[in-house]
Order: sequence, then C-alpha cells, then structure tokens
Amino acid sequence: MPALTAAKKSSRPAARSVPHAPELIFGDLWEFDPAPETAEPKLKSRYDLFINGQFVAPKGGKYFDSNNPANEQKLAEIALASPADVDAAYAAAQRAYEGVWGKMPGRERAKYLFRIARLLQDRAREFAVAETLDGGKPIKESRDFDVPMAAAHFFYHAGWADKLDYVAPGRRVAPLGVVGQVIPWNFPLLMCAWKLAPALAMGNTVVLKPAETTSITALKLAEVFQDAGLPPGVVNFVTGAGEIGAAVMNHPTPAKIAFTGSTEVGKIIMRGLAGTDKKMTMELGGKAANIVFDDAPLDQAVEGIINGIFFNQGHVCCAGSRLLVQESIAEKVLAKLKTRIRTLRVGDPMDKNTDIGAINSREQLDRITALVAAGVKEGNALYQPSCKLPAKGFYFRPTIFSGVSMSSRIAREEIFGPVLSVLTFRTVDEAIEKANNTAYGLSAGVWTDKGSRILKMSTELKAGVVWANTYNKFDPTSPFGGYKESGFGREGGRQGLLDYCKLV
Amino acid sequence: MLARSPQAAIQRLFDEVGSVDQVGIEERVAKYGTRSIKKAAKLWGLKTAVSMVDLTTLEGKDTPGKVASLCQKALRPHDDPAIPQVAAVCVYPAMVRHARRALGSDTAVRIASVATAFPSGQAPLKTRLAEVKAAVADGADEIDMVINRGAFLAGEFGLMQDEIAAVMQACGSATLKVILEVSELETYDNIRAASFLAMRVIRPGDFIKTSTGKTSLNATLGNNQVMLEAIRDFYLDTGTSIAMKPAGGIRTAKQALTFLVAVKETLGDAWLNNARYRFGASSLLNDLLRQLEKESTGAYQAPYYFSEAAESY
Amino acid sequence: MSRLPITKTPKVYVGGAFIRSESARVYPLKDAAGEFYANIPQCTRKDLRNAVEAAAKAGPGWAKRTAYNRGQILYRLGEMIEARAGEMSGALILGGATPTAAAREVAASVDRLIYYAGWTDKYEQVLGNVNPVAAPYFNFTVTEPMGIIGVIAPDSAPLLALISLVAPAITSGNTVVALASTTQPYPAILLGEMLATSDLPGGVVNLLTGFRKEMIPTFATHTHLRALSGVVNAEERKNLALGAADSVKRTHLLKTEDKHDWFADTAQSVYAIRETLEFKTTWHPVGA
Repeated sequence: MPALTAAKKSSRPAARSVPHAPELIFGDLWEFDPAPETAEPKLKSRYDLFINGQFVAPKGGKYFDSNNPANEQKLAEIALASPADVDAAYAAAQRAYEGVWGKMPGRERAKYLFRIARLLQDRAREFAVAETLDGGKPIKESRDFDVPMAAAHFFYHAGWADKLDYVAPGRRVAPLGVVGQVIPWNFPLLMCAWKLAPALAMGNTVVLKPAETTSITALKLAEVFQDAGLPPGVVNFVTGAGEIGAAVMNHPTPAKIAFTGSTEVGKIIMRGLAGTDKKMTMELGGKAANIVFDDAPLDQAVEGIINGIFFNQGHVCCAGSRLLVQESIAEKVLAKLKTRIRTLRVGDPMDKNTDIGAINSREQLDRITALVAAGVKEGNALYQPSCKLPAKGFYFRPTIFSGVSMSSRIAREEIFGPVLSVLTFRTVDEAIEKANNTAYGLSAGVWTDKGSRILKMSTELKAGVVWANTYNKFDPTSPFGGYKESGFGREGGRQGLLDYCKLV
Repeated sequence: MLARSPQAAIQRLFDEVGSVDQVGIEERVAKYGTRSIKKAAKLWGLKTAVSMVDLTTLEGKDTPGKVASLCQKALRPHDDPAIPQVAAVCVYPAMVRHARRALGSDTAVRIASVATAFPSGQAPLKTRLAEVKAAVADGADEIDMVINRGAFLAGEFGLMQDEIAAVMQACGSATLKVILEVSELETYDNIRAASFLAMRVIRPGDFIKTSTGKTSLNATLGNNQVMLEAIRDFYLDTGTSIAMKPAGGIRTAKQALTFLVAVKETLGDAWLNNARYRFGASSLLNDLLRQLEKESTGAYQAPYYFSEAAESY
Repeated sequence: MSRLPITKTPKVYVGGAFIRSESARVYPLKDAAGEFYANIPQCTRKDLRNAVEAAAKAGPGWAKRTAYNRGQILYRLGEMIEARAGEMSGALILGGATPTAAAREVAASVDRLIYYAGWTDKYEQVLGNVNPVAAPYFNFTVTEPMGIIGVIAPDSAPLLALISLVAPAITSGNTVVALASTTQPYPAILLGEMLATSDLPGGVVNLLTGFRKEMIPTFATHTHLRALSGVVNAEERKNLALGAADSVKRTHLLKTEDKHDWFADTAQSVYAIRETLEFKTTWHPVGA
C-alpha cells in the first residue's frame, strides 16, 4: 500500500522553482480526537467558610456562584463572608497562634506541612481537574504545573520549620503572629500554597482570602488540612469579593499583610495601612521584556516567547508581554512565531491537548478585548491564527502585535492576557533602556549565546527575576518578587522566609 | 591563521545556521509526550507509522532466509488488509539481491541498503562508492550512507560534502539517506550544523537520518527535533523538501506516535507520509501491530501472536 | 587689637558641591548658650529635587565600583572624621553635648563607618544564595542596591544616627538624600566637608538642612526615591507611607517615641544593609 505516499499531492515539489514562498501546512490531516480528562473533581455543591478548622456558614447567610469560564456553567456556591466572619477568622487565628502554633516546636510544625504536601500529592489529579474547571486553565498546566508545584512548596517549606536558626545568620528569628493574605485568580491553589507554606513554617497563623472567581481549590485544600489534623485556626479561609479582601487587609489583628494582585490594588492597600506597624509583602503587576539577541538559539527562544506570553492564557504577572528583538533578526523571529502559534490548540481546558484554555472571567475577557482594540486603533500590526474557538465560554485567540512602539498602550499597560507586543532594538544599551523604561520590574528574559552578555544583561535589568535562555520557570527554592512598582518582598527560598519573621 | 582553523570553520557554520539550547529543546520535546492521541487519531497514527517503517535487519548473522521472511513481513505485516505495507526493508548490501528476489520487482515496498562501509564509514571512498553501485545494481531503491564524522569534527566540511555528493552520484536514481550518526556528533549544535551541510548537497526527497543503530545513543525526540527544525528552516529558505528518518531506539508504538506529533507540529501535514518520514526500526512494527489489534479487539495482545517477534517469554 | 576671626558660612553638601538653598532662605542656628552662631540653609522641595537628581547621576557609577573599592572609601571617610574628631566634637558641643559625650559620639560614628566598610565585600556572601531548583538550571540570587534612598535623621545623636542610617545604604551602592536634624544641623554641615575629602564620589551622599514640615511631603511623593528610612513621629510616618504607596516605595521608618540606643551593637547590622537591597534571581539552563 503505497497509498500514503501517492495520496500526497505535495510529496515532491520541484526544487528551487516554487512559484510562491514555501509554506508549511498545519491542517487537519491528523486531527486529534477530543481527549477529555475524566477524573472526578469531587466538588461540593456549596462551600462554606473555613474558620477554626471547621466549615461554617457565613453570618450573613449569603452565597455567590463560582462558574466554569469554559462554558459559563455554575460549579458551586461559595459563601459570601461579611466583616463579622473576618473578625471570627482573625480571632481563631489569634487563638491558634497563641495557644498552639506559635509555640509548637519547629520539628512538629514541619510534620504537619510534610503531611499536607503528601496528601495534596495523593489527590493531585482531583485538584487539577477542580482547578481547571474553576479557573479555565488547560488541564495539562494544572496537572503538570500548578498542583505539583503547590505540593512542592509545602514540602520545601516544611523542612525549614525546624531549621530557622539558619534563615538569618547572626540573628534569631521569631514568628510575627497572625498574617492576612489575599491572592489572585491566576494560580489559585499555587498562590495559596506559595503564601501559606512559608508563613506556617515560620510559626505564623493565617487568614487568607482567595480570589472571588476561584475559591474552590483553596476550600478543597481546607479539606486536606482537616485530613492532616492541622490544629484549628492555623489557617482560615474567608471568601468573597474585593470588600472582603479589604476587610482582611485592613483588620487590626494581623501583624503582616501579604498581597498578590494588581499594582493598582496594591497601592490602595498600602494607603490603607499607612501609619500602622504592619509588615507587608506586595507582589504586584509586571510588563516584562523578553529580549532576543541575534545570536540566540532561535527555536528555543521562540518556545520561550510562546511559553512566556501564552502560559496560563497570559494571566501571569511575570508574562513576557514585551518582546524586544534585535532588528537584524526581527523578521525571522516574527515569522517563526507566526508558524509556531499556528500549532497552539485553543479550546476546552479539560482537553489534555489544549494549550490555551479559557479566559478566567467575562470581565477579564472584556479588558483584553478593549486593550487589543486599542492596539489596533494605534496602528499596530495584528496577527492571530485562524483557530476555531468554542461557541460558549470566554476565549481569546493568541495575539501578536508587531511594529509596536514604546509609547503604545499595549507596550505599557499590563494586559494579563494572551497578547504579545513585538518591539525591536539595535544595541545592547538600547535593549536595556527599553526593558527598564517602565514602572514595573518583576521579571525579564534574555536570549543570547554569549555568556558575558547574559551576565551583563542580568546585572543591568531592573527586575526581580531574570530568565536567561529560558522563561517562566518557578521553584520553591527560588525567590520571586519585584523591583519598583511590581512590589516588594520575596516569596520562595530563604529570602521569602525572611519576610515572614522578625529578628530578635 | 585562526580564520582557517577547523575551529573557525565550525564557528562560522554555527553563526550561519544558529545554535540550539539543549535544555530548551528537551523541554520542548517533552511536551510532545503529553499529547493524548485517542480513537480515530490513534488508529490513523498507528497505521501511518506502519507505512513509514523501514523494516530493518543489520546483523552479521543475517542470511537469505532471514531476509526473505523479513520481506514477507514487510509485504503483509498483518492479516488485516486495512493495515498497510511498510515503506521498505533495510538490509546490508550483500542481502539486497535476496531481498529483491523475495519482494519481486512489482512491489511498492522498497529496498534500502546501508552502503558506504556501514556503520563506521572507515573505508576508502572508492570502496564505498563501489559498494553503493553494487547495491543499486542488485536492486536497491534507496541507499543509507554514513557521513565522514571525522571530517566534520575536524572542520573539513568540503570533504564531508564532496563525499556525500559522490555517493549521491553513485546512487543514480536511488533515494539517498544521509546518516549523521548523532551520537558521534555529540551536541545538538553539531547535529544542526551537519544537517545543513548534508541538505545543501542532496536532492529533494532525499533523507537525513539520525543514526546507524550501532552506537550507544540513537534516535531521540531531541535529535529528531533538531533535524526536523533544520529541515523546516531549509525548506522555508530554499523551497527544497528534505525527508527525515530517525533510526534506532524507537521500539514502541507510543514512542512512534510521539515522534509523529513532533512531525505534525514542526513540519506539518506535508511530512506526515512515508515519502517524507520513515522510522528505521525492527521491533517497532510488531508493537504497532499489537496496538492496532488492541484498538480493534479491545484486548491487550501477547507479543507471540505476531510473526517475527523476538520475545519468547 | 585682637584679630577678628573669619566665620564659616554653613553650606549643604549636594552633588559634591557646597551650596546654599535655591530659595536663598536660611534659619539661625544658636549655640547651647542661646547665642547666634551661624545661618543654616533652609532647603526646600526644589533643593530636594536637585539632590535627587545629583544622586541619580552618581548612582550607576557608585553601584559599579567594586565592593573592595567601596569598602576602602567608607574606611577613608572614617579616617577623615577621626582626623577631625575635635572639630566634630565641637559641633556636637555646640548643640549641648558635654565634651565627653561629644567625643564618645564621634568615636562611635567612626566605628560605625569602619563596621560597614568591612561589610561591603561580605554582605553578598551572607545574604545571597544559590538555589537548588528541581530542574537543569543554575539559579542564583544576588542583591542589588535599590537606588536612591531618602533618609530622615532624628535630633538625638545628630551625627551617629545620621551615619547609622546613611552608611548601610551606601555600603551596597545606593545613593542617599538625607535631611539632617533640624535642631542640630551643624554636625551634618561638617560631615559634608569630610565627605568631600573622603574619595566618596559627589552625589552619593547629599545632605540637606531645613524643616521637616517643608520637606517630608516631597520625600513622601518623589517617585524617584525608591525607599525611605529614618526616625519620624506618627503623623510624619503616616504621611510618608501614604506618599510611598503612590510609587510602591519601601519604607523602614522608626518611631520617634521609641527609644533608640544608637550606641548599641544592635544599631548596626547586615540586616540594615538588607533593607536597602533588592534581590534578583537569575535562571540559566545547564547544557552543552
């Protein structure tokens, strides 16, 4: 059966006499069948607040819906906390700090955290499915990144709990007390782990508010805490929207506030806390430059650019949203990007082959749509692949703007979506200037084969994380956090622990 | 002086064709393995993989009888007529005439032969060319040659390319497959550079191929990817379509499907056929057949249900 | 007839030069006995702006000096003060200190500089990290100076407190714009003269004198200042924090009402250096 050969009309095109520019065909010759993840997410129809080790109904008796952004269907009801619930959560946290957790030997605290890591690993697939249903991220990301990384954060920090003498050489450290935390919707479970693990390892207790649209995995994590026997009140979850976030941040009890979210809200929180003694960690927005030099390994750079901006639909504060390409290779890189983007699969987040899932909410989709419209209106060249999008749910095509100038809105504002702006530069100095010409300073990427140039760029770039010949890499041992208006304080590694203690 | 040194020649070539980051490309290909191929897509992939197999026997103990039974397997891998024939049988030059006798002349299954003092290539050029001509004269449709790795590593690219050109001449109308022997080139940078050197000499439809199967490291998703990307860049630049053959180490259907995903997402639909992509393998075919049988019956299959199986346990 | 002495016109040290306030305003400084001593520049928000610009100009060069070189320069500053200890003691006595107390404060100030001079090429080794990430990457965290630090010095220990706030910031390559004690500005005026002879590049430390009420709002809102440290009262603290929010400035503000023993060993620490540092983590693949 030579049919497979003969059937291809384009199997042997005449060499060097092609009338049109050669083009690759990414068609439907081998269409993948749907491959839905079928694990059971074990969702409850209603989630209450988690206070003092128990699920309790909100004092106001109100609930709100948490929907699946992939099809706009309701997943569960989430308790709407009131300020009185926040009071109760802080009271429980204070009791737990004074009565149990703050004075527990570190080696015992460590065991609880190790247990949590293990129990989370046991239920990894269930959590991944829940995360994808609630937030819209592709199952392969929640399965291969969010959930394992969340477990890794607990595991890493667990081991610190009895080694705190090594955190601050020359000084002893002590917990701060009760900590209030508010996290965003882009990595709901991972942010939860990222915030809780160092706080708990250090001996603090916590009141945490998940994002309004993505509370479910935090509340499932509460089930893990119950299974792990974590003492009541050590972690308390209150759910709701911005007002409850403000109540958590502005409450008199906490000794420290940790916030991850937009720079705009971060500033509001800082104003609210002005004049108080509260310590703060702020992990805010970004507009990272991903800089590609002409000697870079181009195909890996293209992968890095793709991963940098389309990972988690671009809902990443450190997304490489400004691509700076050296002029001599700009056309080549753009062509490669356009080719690569054609093979990205946009669609049902639960399909194991989906690369780009659903935008987290209608509100966010509207914001992305408006900024892209502004980008078009400014005259930037837009490229989107012609992929099909599901009829229901919130989706946005991966988007590349080329020929973008530094003053363009899409080059300055954080879009928080799958939208890349391509700018060019000619020299090293120009690349540094353009990269640093922003109030943000969270992350940056550099692609070059020249070692000394990597170290030069890494030194000059005003960013808390520099990815050289890679992008969007994370690890519990690796500190993460920003310069300038991307916030302050670090999360992860030894640096992160230091932000959850006081020196005595 | 430096400008004419082998190191300078290699550096110039790298500058021209670009470099490859090892960690980056290995992360890229790891993602191919996460593609979930189900149902109709799986059937299509398995059948296509069967049609791409260069069913190979390259052993000192090969006999005309062994080659004849291999040819029968190639012509009719399975009772099910919906399962295609393989692309070719691949044998030593001395076995070409036996293969031709077994296959006959009116067959779509091609005969490939590993000429040029395979696997080392360490024979005088004259000897290697004579071997190629003899294999073609005996009925080989395709010649799998090895490059002069020593010349490449010494920066003598002209020598390496001239030898490829001479072998190509000797092939006449036979298809040429140029084996880079990636394990001896060691780095992805070298594999990419050698791919370009070969592609600049050979004809549209000729192949570049990873390995002889006779060294410790053969086809991997990583070196397959480097070569696919080189083929893609060369095609987009010149319009010339070069074909690809990973060889050695691909033993399971799951592996083959992952390699095909790499083809689909790097070169696209035009390379998803056996004129543009082959698997150099011996045991792969039976695993593909096992999985096809499993898809149609729903039951996992014992290996000894399939002819020519090496497993006896 | 005895000779009439030449009195010195106090000027502030900004951008490596001695200047009067751009406003041409001064306020009188009296000695401990209440006698007029000299006119002190009453700096304004525009002087602060100019000082920030001088600091911005000096910053990149200072940060790029080797740690060894910064250490030697801080040590040299210690030498300069030690050599003019008598004169500096005089400035403190002028503000009411006893000769013994003044000598003690000057000595402690010199010791503090020597302490930080020794840290310049060590804090990185104590505070930085190589991080064992679970993937084939070399990952390391280094420290970097934040940039321009605003310092607001207290009235108590007008020399030692000022140096205790300024020294950790410049140890790592930050630049400083400092407001000296309003009631006791003269040690800062003298310190400027010593800075000028210490090899410290002009603009790295800029010392202003004047009134807090006038200057603090600008310290709060100037977005080019990356961090604020100092000793302030509750109202000032709140205003500085409110202004800091607008540009996400880091604040490390001690309370006037808390008692601070600037002489204690705990008043100097590598963690004081840390408070004016950013942490940068770099990833690079390990491959051939």
